[in-house]
Amino acid sequence: MLELKQEENQLVAMLSGEIDHHRAREIRETIDFAVREQLPPIVILDFRNVTFMDSSGIGLIMGRAHLLEETGGTLEVHHPSAQIRKVMRLSGADRFAVIRNQ
Amino acid sequence: MHTLNELKCTFPARSENESFARTMVCAFAAQLDPTVEELADLRTAVSEAVTNCIVHGYRDSGTGTVAVTVRLLPQHMIYVRIADKGCGIDDIGQAMQPLWSSAPAEERAGLGFTVMQSFTDSLTVRSRSGCGTTVIMRKKMQQGAPHDGC
Repeated sequence: MLELKQEENQLVAMLSGEIDHHRAREIRETIDFAVREQLPPIVILDFRNVTFMDSSGIGLIMGRAHLLEETGGTLEVHHPSAQIRKVMRLSGADRFAVIRNQ
Repeated sequence: MHTLNELKCTFPARSENESFARTMVCAFAAQLDPTVEELADLRTAVSEAVTNCIVHGYRDSGTGTVAVTVRLLPQHMIYVRIADKGCGIDDIGQAMQPLWSSAPAEERAGLGFTVMQSFTDSLTVRSRSGCGTTVIMRKKMQQGAPHDGC
């Protein structure tokens, strides 16, 4: 469901399944706890195993971006699917996070 | 318009039903043999509408009922009506503005109506303060790819 990996100077959150309002709260609480504890310079939200996301996921991305502004880190979004990219485009989420597909 | 097929369903306004609701609508729409993208758009739009009922209509209280009607109309048109009997919207114009949310503390991005509008062909919102909100969306499937019957 959500796996956190602490690497050298980054925290990687491997997300999976469907991200909606029902699941977003638990995901954000888990990530925020780790961010506040470890203060990683880079946080990566890896979407490669995410099969669906609605605008709750945009709230999740924007909220983490704001948290990292506070802690002095940067946010990256990796491997969003076509559907997820479409939802992200609507919100201009690329203003909040670096998006990488490789 | 003549209804070719119809599905009606009501369920408690609990967040664990969001997944069920969008899956149910898409399973019904699958009889039109839509493209992967069309189905993903519909799934996302329905998810937004149902989430609005639960988060805003009933203020995440876990009480109340959401009613979903899906119709198959002629010319590959899917009609989806999603209604709650919750608190209603005082100012629909404001609620439909991108990035405006009445629940920013819950990290709602304020994009629900924007997604519904962008991912369907038409969106109608009816609401009365204290009486609930009804959202009607229509989406034409296989718009760009006429089938040759194969």
